[in-house]
Amino acid sequence: MALLEIRNLHANIDGTKILNGVNLTVEAGKVHAIMGPNGSGKSTLSYILAGRDDYEITEGEILFKGQDLLDMEPEERAAAGVFLAMQYPVEIPGVANITFLRTALNAQRKARGEEEFSTPDFMKRLKILAQKLNVTQDMLKRPLNVGFSGGEKKRNEILQMAILEPVLCIMDETDSGLDIDALKIVSEGVNALRNPERGMLIITHYQRLLDHIKPDMVHVMYKGKIVAEGDKTLALELEKNGYAAFTADAA
Amino acid sequence: MAAVQETIDRVKEIDVDQYKYGFVTDIEMDLAPKGLSEDIVRFISAKKNEPEWLLEWRLDAYRRWLTMEAPDWSRVKYPPIDFQDLYYYAAPKSQDGPKSLDEVEPELLETYKKLGIPLQEQEILAGIAPENRIAVDAIFDSVSVVTTFREELAKSGVIFCPISEAVHSHPELVKKYLGSVVPVSDNYYSALNQAVFSDGSFVYIPEGVRCPMELSTYFRINEQNTGQFERTLIIAEKGAYVSYLEGCTAPQRDENQLHAAVVELITHDDAEIKYSTVQNWYPGNSEGKGGIYNFVTKRGDCRGKNSKISWTQVETGSAITWKYPSCILRGDNSVGEFYSIAISNGYQQLDSGTKMIHLGKNTTSRIVAKGIAAGNSESTYRGLVSAHRKATGARNHTQCDSLLIGNNCGAHTIPYVEANNASAVFEHEATTSKISEDQLFYCRSRGFTEEEAVALIVNGFVKDVIQKLPMEFAVEAQKLIAISLEGSVG
Repeated sequence: MALLEIRNLHANIDGTKILNGVNLTVEAGKVHAIMGPNGSGKSTLSYILAGRDDYEITEGEILFKGQDLLDMEPEERAAAGVFLAMQYPVEIPGVANITFLRTALNAQRKARGEEEFSTPDFMKRLKILAQKLNVTQDMLKRPLNVGFSGGEKKRNEILQMAILEPVLCIMDETDSGLDIDALKIVSEGVNALRNPERGMLIITHYQRLLDHIKPDMVHVMYKGKIVAEGDKTLALELEKNGYAAFTADAA
Repeated sequence: MAAVQETIDRVKEIDVDQYKYGFVTDIEMDLAPKGLSEDIVRFISAKKNEPEWLLEWRLDAYRRWLTMEAPDWSRVKYPPIDFQDLYYYAAPKSQDGPKSLDEVEPELLETYKKLGIPLQEQEILAGIAPENRIAVDAIFDSVSVVTTFREELAKSGVIFCPISEAVHSHPELVKKYLGSVVPVSDNYYSALNQAVFSDGSFVYIPEGVRCPMELSTYFRINEQNTGQFERTLIIAEKGAYVSYLEGCTAPQRDENQLHAAVVELITHDDAEIKYSTVQNWYPGNSEGKGGIYNFVTKRGDCRGKNSKISWTQVETGSAITWKYPSCILRGDNSVGEFYSIAISNGYQQLDSGTKMIHLGKNTTSRIVAKGIAAGNSESTYRGLVSAHRKATGARNHTQCDSLLIGNNCGAHTIPYVEANNASAVFEHEATTSKISEDQLFYCRSRGFTEEEAVALIVNGFVKDVIQKLPMEFAVEAQKLIAISLEGSVG
């Protein structure tokens, strides 16, 4: 059974059609990349997967480990192992980053009927992971995302992902706003999370992220549909020739 | 997770239908005849066996009150109060005056036990380090039931007793200071209080003494149709320090009940008073029926140089709150502070804030007010900051933030600033925000339920003020409001 199966998904927002019959399968242990021009519905797809309720699903279904994902609340999806690293992480004033992390982790563990992490155990784990992602003590103590630079926000999203250990990692333009060094750090963090049980869905505009995180599959999205699929050479081709070939076909 | 869970429980508790202190103590009461007149004023004074000067002081206030009108400038609405339909004095029959613990009626002790207020000194002593002890003055309707740790406090010269007793035991102090901060004609409700005040706490910290423990007063309104008019007076002599906390609850009743208190604080040179309030009066039911009218006058006078008065309040209860704890910064270099968290829900109405009156040179004040409005409630911050023409170098910083939960509540900020001195520096920052859909979704996508997410965001919102509460009351504050977990992970 595939980890994630999206079948003929149609979705509207405020009456405007955004998704037009998306079909996509993500296998455990694989990294899938979705590329496509602006406005093709990539971010919408990621929000729908995480459970944002601004969208009206008019047709189709999403199965996550065989379960009807659309029937689950966002927090249920999180506890079941869905994680979305957001393009624009929100600020929560007054709530320390570290507090947020620990409370989120324990909320998920509790929802799964697992024992909560003790503070020392949590701190040990956090220390190792934070170091790898170059997340400083200062960043951990500051209120969540408040005054974080673009790069800090993205590194912090990946830190959350590492701590929460989801089964399905969705990354929405995690590379945007990152300089070369930060891109490298983030990519290493993501690569460290690759394992046979975990599937990844990476949304990006650029090939450069895929130089660091080698995808198993590349899907091209246009006008709310997947219009082409292939291996990582497809990304290189896109980089060279642009989307024109695919957008012309679809139109 | 602990604190967030507590927060959720607390958010449920302030759901007005789930008020957990709403029980009634069934006890025989001694009531004054209903209504208000000179005779009633005399009755109360006689009950307390007061000296002539005090009776005259009350009568003076009563006569002035008759000529005054109820204030209508605040953003709260309520039908006119029928002052003749209230009882102005209610005391447990057995309780003519404060007694030692073994003389107090078991029903009363049980009431405070249910409220979680420790009155048994032995129990408190067991297992608590001396510096963490809390002395309590327990006030039930119109009288003080018991005051704990008095002997221990007396060893360091601290006087902590019901004001009705201080009138007899320390008349010179009471006479000197009572009414010296809030004058008789200050306002409608303070004049009413002065006429019919029943009991309250009296605290005197002698020169150079740091009060060895936290002092607290616990107010309970029990009797139906009874007004509670407490009067508290705290004096800190040169270089003295005291931290004081008051807590308040009342039974769930369909009628509105009036609580009109006056609190006066006086600090001499280099003295400091830290006054914290956790106000949890019955807020009324979900349709807005019943609840306490909380109309209080609280004012501190930094009389001496380098003195400091700090007000911290956590306001969650009452149907209507009308309250402006203030500081008169008379002494040079004196400091006034006001930290407030005000949560309103259901049909609660709240008009609260502070006044910082800068009279002395180089006086500073700081205001941090956090209002959280939910349900159909209305929350207003109203604050005055003024500098006298002689108050050179006066400084104030005001930060006033409102957080709205839902679409049917309102938050308003009304700052008044009067600088009569060109060197005064007054800063005001105000924000109003709503918990955004983005924030909620972000938290939920990380595993928080919607309720937990709201609690978490509220926690963050009130953090600066919570940190100002005395450590000793952290547990109480935690139960009361959203608390950040930051302390627990260091």
